[in-house]
Amino acid sequence: CNKIIVHVKMADEAVCVGPAPTSKSYLNMDAIMEVIRKTRAQAVHPGYGFLSENKEFARRLASEGVTFIGPDTHAIQAMGDKIESKLLAKNAKVNTIPGFDGVVKDADEAVRIAREIGYPVMIKASAGGGGKGMRIAWDDEETREGFRFSSQEAASSFGDDRLLIEKFIDNPRHIEIQVLADKHGNALWLNERECSIQRRNQKVVEEAPSTFLDPETRRAMGEQAVALAKAVKYSSAGTVEFLVDSSKNFYFLEMNTRLQVRKTTLQIQENLLTEKIYSHKPSYARLCSSEPLHSTQVRVDSGIQQGSDISIYYDPMISKLITYGSNRAEALKRMEEALDNYVIRGVAHNISLLREVIVHPRFVQGDISTKFLPEVYPDGFKGHKLTDHERRQLLATAASLYVAEQLRSQRFLGTPRIPIAKSKRSSWELSVHLGDGIYPVAVSKDGSSFSVEVDGMKLNVTSEWNLASPLLSVTIDGTQRTIQRISRNASGETSIQFLGTVYKLQILTKVAAELSKYMPEKAAEDTSSILRSPMPGTVVAVSVKPGDMVSEGQEICVIEAMKMQNSMIAAKTGKVKAVHCKAGDTVGEEDLLVELE
Amino acid sequence: LQLSRECPFASAGSPCHALVFQDGGFLKTLCSQNRIEEKRRAALLGGGQARIDAQHKRGKLTARERILLLLDPDSFDEYDMFVEHRCTDFGMDSSKNKYPGDSVVTGRGRINGRLAYVFSQDFTVFGGSLSGAHAQKICKIMDQAAMVGAPVIGLNDSGGARIQEGVESLAGYADIFLRNVLCSGVIPQISLIMGPCAGGAVYSPALTDFTFMVKDTSYLFITGPDVVKSVTNEDVTQEQLGGAKTHTAVSGVAHRAFENDIDALLNLREFFNYLPLSNRDPAPVCECHDPSDRPVPELDTIVPSESAKAYDMLDIIHSIVDEREFFEIMPSYARNIVVGFARMNGRTVGIVGNQPKVASGCLDINSSVKGARFVRFCDAFNIPLITFVDVPGFLPGTAQEYGGIIRHGAKLLFAFAEATVPKITVITRKAYGGAYDVMSSKHLRGDVNYAWPTAEVAVMGAKGAVQIIFRGKEANAEEEYVDKFANPFPAAIRGFVDDIIQPSTTRTRICHDLDVLASKSQSSPWKKHANIPL
Repeated sequence: CNKIIVHVKMADEAVCVGPAPTSKSYLNMDAIMEVIRKTRAQAVHPGYGFLSENKEFARRLASEGVTFIGPDTHAIQAMGDKIESKLLAKNAKVNTIPGFDGVVKDADEAVRIAREIGYPVMIKASAGGGGKGMRIAWDDEETREGFRFSSQEAASSFGDDRLLIEKFIDNPRHIEIQVLADKHGNALWLNERECSIQRRNQKVVEEAPSTFLDPETRRAMGEQAVALAKAVKYSSAGTVEFLVDSSKNFYFLEMNTRLQVRKTTLQIQENLLTEKIYSHKPSYARLCSSEPLHSTQVRVDSGIQQGSDISIYYDPMISKLITYGSNRAEALKRMEEALDNYVIRGVAHNISLLREVIVHPRFVQGDISTKFLPEVYPDGFKGHKLTDHERRQLLATAASLYVAEQLRSQRFLGTPRIPIAKSKRSSWELSVHLGDGIYPVAVSKDGSSFSVEVDGMKLNVTSEWNLASPLLSVTIDGTQRTIQRISRNASGETSIQFLGTVYKLQILTKVAAELSKYMPEKAAEDTSSILRSPMPGTVVAVSVKPGDMVSEGQEICVIEAMKMQNSMIAAKTGKVKAVHCKAGDTVGEEDLLVELE
Repeated sequence: LQLSRECPFASAGSPCHALVFQDGGFLKTLCSQNRIEEKRRAALLGGGQARIDAQHKRGKLTARERILLLLDPDSFDEYDMFVEHRCTDFGMDSSKNKYPGDSVVTGRGRINGRLAYVFSQDFTVFGGSLSGAHAQKICKIMDQAAMVGAPVIGLNDSGGARIQEGVESLAGYADIFLRNVLCSGVIPQISLIMGPCAGGAVYSPALTDFTFMVKDTSYLFITGPDVVKSVTNEDVTQEQLGGAKTHTAVSGVAHRAFENDIDALLNLREFFNYLPLSNRDPAPVCECHDPSDRPVPELDTIVPSESAKAYDMLDIIHSIVDEREFFEIMPSYARNIVVGFARMNGRTVGIVGNQPKVASGCLDINSSVKGARFVRFCDAFNIPLITFVDVPGFLPGTAQEYGGIIRHGAKLLFAFAEATVPKITVITRKAYGGAYDVMSSKHLRGDVNYAWPTAEVAVMGAKGAVQIIFRGKEANAEEEYVDKFANPFPAAIRGFVDDIIQPSTTRTRICHDLDVLASKSQSSPWKKHANIPL
């Protein structure tokens, strides 16, 4: 069980509902009902996702007289099912997307319906949400394929393979309205949140208010949202999601009936920006350091702390970073600073992308849609592209940092028996390798600051040069930048997070750089494609077979030695060429276990 | 003043425009500045440009380029630049076979301002082979280093003995070996193998405290592949026989390998900063920006609740030490134990830790020897020891027993017991059986011994223990055993651990302890030397 999560630590009593896979724990109704009986719990908060919109779960709770924290069964049932919710919305005179209001039986029917509606169409799981089981089809063939994939995904994710098809709105914006309703038939709408910046249908950046809506559209959307809430006798906080096209036509998408995580809008009536910090490759990465930000008008919502495992079984979201300001520019500026100051170590994350989005001219102008990311980064996001000016700033900063480090390594405390020869050196000629370029950089010490010459230009760099702090505030010719030094080694290699992106550099003295031309070029030794047993032991499990694709960090097999289970992981992404062991085998040290292609 | 005769040092190859004058019956010979400069130029060129180019082609730097990168700029003071070999056989006395300085560059210099003596063998002169003069030069700086109390760094790149000189060369090796032994425990001695090092020559690095290698361009072996083939009929390449990988991962002869000459020398500079200059000096204290009272919250959850699940001891070490900087020694050999240097509040410490990630962190022959040698170095040079314990015991089996695990395991026990430097121990999880005693326990004069709440100090794991106590007949016995022993209390109530601490406070506690223990003084009974079970 994940004991290291904040809410578990804060609880008076914590009971494990089952092992990590959600189907055995948070989605396992029997187990949860058992815990309810055992602890005599009177109410259940189902969490976010999981069973929070499961009508069967709500029904079972009701039958045991246990309060479900959230809207009542009827609303969950009505809104949880996409087909039913669409019908309800239509009846409540809420704009809906043209589409087929029923369950699609098979691929042939899917094609027929798709042709009726007209391409492009969206195929999605009836029970789904959050992008799972969702496909866009532009022709018959894609429809058939989409039908197959979506129903498989729907079955495995929600245990319900029913699908529906609707018109796909091109270039839409995703804007949602927060509603509040009580048990006495009162309902009201709060302002909207725009969540158009999405990655694979997962919201990445949220903003309120939307730069796009005019008061009229906002009111129309709000009123329809309230009408819908009333129609289903909703009695909680909820979100009504709309797609808005470029002519400000809006269509009901779905209603989230769970208690929303995104309740920030309710509290703050200023311009607000929320970014979701995700970890990539979430294969049991361990968050070894995460420094939350302490600043006014910046807020971090997170259940994860230093030492938490970000497991493959749950949402890999590390936190939500929220900033606000009296106007949009202020909120954006603050977000930029907050992202620069956000220290995460131990797991890969998406801060570089988030930072890039919020400074992108299209985002700044409000020219966005749910296709923003694929349009702006058609080949995937590859990190920030430095301008010449920024590159000089980075080179000057890295070189100054190197010199500060060199100077410190000559400072010893105490009075040594053999006096230390104090260096009178005040200038350094360096050669910095960054990307494909090698740049001569001259640094001279000028009191407490460094004067750095790069590309024939002089830059003045000042900082406190605290070499232990993960964050370093540097002023380069009057411009303040917050950088993070991620790593360094004796060979002058260093990686520095600058403008959100991590850059790898190698800094050598001019002398060393000149001599480095004699160093042999080495072909990278490929130990990544073979997996050997690190010790004698027994193979407990083998998770792959020849022909399987494995991704870097994925478990390949488990070896037990001295009663301890050691997980062997793939050192790279690739196809399994051969498996030389099976469960139960006894293996010796350095025995070949698995080969990758 | 009167010009009288030819300069006696002139030869056909290098004419001397000497000024010789008679003064009160004595002949004084003053070589002109030109002659001195010419010799110096020749010395700086070593074996000449063609051989320098060949050296570069092999991906290696010259002896002098290496010194340039190793030492602070302009800090090298060279000795014996004019020394030449004395061999007269086989035409060696011809002037074309004489190189000023012969096949080694020696002297002293500074690394980050601190004194070091250096010799750098010059492969461009007779393949760096060791002549009597070559050995004499090395011995001279070793003697000076021992007197002054400063480390010796050897940059080895030598084809072996100067065969033309016969026993003169062998005597030279022995002179160096003797000094290696006499200096052992007095001044740190570091060998960096940057080319071939074969035959008797290997024993000098073997006697020094640390042997580092350069990947792909350095070799260490008693006899090369050709002799191996003729004697044992084995087909083996230089790399397989004595390359960096062999010695850092298989034989344990070398302590670490680096990518190339530059990488090795830059790392050596950084490594040097951890070492005291001699056994008379305390471990150096560097300026430190990492707060000594920094809490380390991730440690509170780092040990998995399942006793059989592994974790990485390096994660613990990195998060506790200053700025996550850890100079690991023998990272590829006997990986079930981790040893290396780090700093706590600026002061050098030696870290020893069982590695649960590799072979469950058990102690076996190789890990015991690796640990023991490191502990003895730290003890000899006043470097406090911090030991992280998670050990399920000694590795059982015929391979280990036949290999002499009793004898080798005793080395680690001996080393910890003998050490009088400050010793701080943290039991993170298992401390089972005899291995508990060995791993710097309270009983071996541990100064401060901590247990984390996850610590289990017991004779063995619950399952095995119950089988012996109850012969498997008692149903709840295992639970009872776990309840009794799988926690830090049995050790804590007896005072075998001084405190049970919250893992996140470990750094703060250790830094405080080290401050206090800096003035520790402890002695052992008089002896000529102890008799460690070799």
